[in-house]
Amino acid sequence: MIPRWVYAPAALGVALVLLPLAGMASRVAWGDFVDLVTSDSALTALSLSLRTSLVSTVLCVLLGVPMALVLARTEFPGQGVLRSLVLLPLVLPPVVGGIALLYTFGRRGLLGDELDLLGVQVAFSTTAVVLAQAFVSLPFLVVSLEGSLRSAGQRYEVVAATLGASPTTVLRRVTIPLVLPGLVSGAVLAFARSLGEFGATITFAGSLEGTTRTLPLYIYNLRVTDPDAAVAMSLVLVVVAVVVIGLAPQRPRRTGGLR
Amino acid sequence: MTLELTAGVPDRGVDVTIEVAAGETVALLGPNGAGKSTVLAVAAGTLRPERGRVVLDGRELTGERGFVPPHARRVALLAQDPLLFPHLSVLDNVAFGPRSLGHGRRTSRESALRWLGEVDAADLADRRPGGISGGQAQRVAVARALAAEPSLLLLDEPMAALDVAVAPALRQTLRRVLADRTVVLVTHDVLDALLLADRVVVLDDGRVVEDGPSAEVLSRPRSPFAARIAGLNMVAGLWRDGAVLGDDGVAIRGLAAEAGPAPGERVVAVFRPSAVSVFHEAPGGSPRNSLAVTVTDLEPHGDQVRVRAGHLAADLTVQSAAELDLAPGVRVVFAVKATEVYVYRT
Repeated sequence: MIPRWVYAPAALGVALVLLPLAGMASRVAWGDFVDLVTSDSALTALSLSLRTSLVSTVLCVLLGVPMALVLARTEFPGQGVLRSLVLLPLVLPPVVGGIALLYTFGRRGLLGDELDLLGVQVAFSTTAVVLAQAFVSLPFLVVSLEGSLRSAGQRYEVVAATLGASPTTVLRRVTIPLVLPGLVSGAVLAFARSLGEFGATITFAGSLEGTTRTLPLYIYNLRVTDPDAAVAMSLVLVVVAVVVIGLAPQRPRRTGGLR
Repeated sequence: MTLELTAGVPDRGVDVTIEVAAGETVALLGPNGAGKSTVLAVAAGTLRPERGRVVLDGRELTGERGFVPPHARRVALLAQDPLLFPHLSVLDNVAFGPRSLGHGRRTSRESALRWLGEVDAADLADRRPGGISGGQAQRVAVARALAAEPSLLLLDEPMAALDVAVAPALRQTLRRVLADRTVVLVTHDVLDALLLADRVVVLDDGRVVEDGPSAEVLSRPRSPFAARIAGLNMVAGLWRDGAVLGDDGVAIRGLAAEAGPAPGERVVAVFRPSAVSVFHEAPGGSPRNSLAVTVTDLEPHGDQVRVRAGHLAADLTVQSAAELDLAPGVRVVFAVKATEVYVYRT
């Protein structure tokens, strides 16, 4: 039982989230809606957003799963500090992340000369968009997965090892399947965060149509010149976000056989 | 297949050396914290002792020269919880070991099905672990451990988490499948030690305090722990009409824990002293077994009194013992319900 009065601030909170969405929806020019969201530049931005977010999510999974495993399953000095640092992008303003990326991968950045020698230009390219998105999204996946790994415990892994399974087999056939719900929700969160990424992208990748102008950047550009189009595209982004969140498992799957 | 194990873990105050001969089942008994689980962990390779050595079949698994990781030891562990992988079917759980040994999917499933049959659980093959009972799950876990073809099997209180109603059937299954295997069994239950193990090793405070054949250690215990857990009543005899006809002439009705012994087969009836009631006169018209005996001894037993009559014993509250005015030489009747008596083939 919760006290009745709790409902009042709770409702206020829900209103804070939903009212602006309603406000935005009320401004949608429905007559032109289809034309606005299917214009060439709109579709280019949407497609760029979806593609870069997908790639950055894959990158997050490839790097984040090993990170979560190291954080959850090993112990070493300085682990706590390392975890805090890895999670830094969660609390860092994205624009600061963008500046950090620029001075690392940019032409005059930390790795600029090395990348130049290889003939690679990262800043202001689609690669930069993906890097910026992965930078801000990685902690979401790591946090979600580390929690799942810790709550799943190591007992099944020990049993699997005594049944003759090598560490790689245990990871593939036991650990990953057991934490799959956590992994999926982490990946969905990372994808959603990538899709909404703005600050780091515009700082590190700029806003070049077709190359780095993702949907949030496109909307930001339009909001003065063509408010109707900006509102229409915003609605599209809201719908995509709702669909993505709807795909995430709401509750971890019950693990059977445990008392 | 022989096991030689020395485990020195000063952190846990454990310093134990045990040997298990090929095909032998050794029961590790001892109070909580005596070091039983530590010994299993050292054998399984999940714990690397500060000092110690594990040699299985002449292969050094833990030692100064090296350390074989758990998955390469061929040492399977069966814990109190079945820990079936919840995302795999029962069949794939059992096939996990064969698959890890490098066998193909088909071969692995075939051998899994065979092992499920071995523990009378073949009908569960397509079920999910979440949908079967605790006793069934533990049967499957036994099959899974055996399917991994271990050289050494470690059992950590395999029946502790089960209902008393299903434990006897699983114990029978274990009795069958553990024969001729090299096994270390950690248990709190004297019945397990008696029926499953060839030899009993009693640990206390991280040291071996007793080591010998099960029957010997349990009938003539020298350590306080062995004495406390031993003291089951046992009557050996022939199976006739649902009763054990004792060699000393008594007849005891009981539940056959395994599929019906043949008439005339040699069996043993086992019951706990706490299941025995004591009367001056045989209680009339009751379904209980009544045994006329002469009290030979009375001794304190925890907060109760253990009444001994020859090789049988009954545990009574101090009050009941006083009301019955018991003393050595008094003739009384020991009564025990047939449902409290377990009958095993010998």
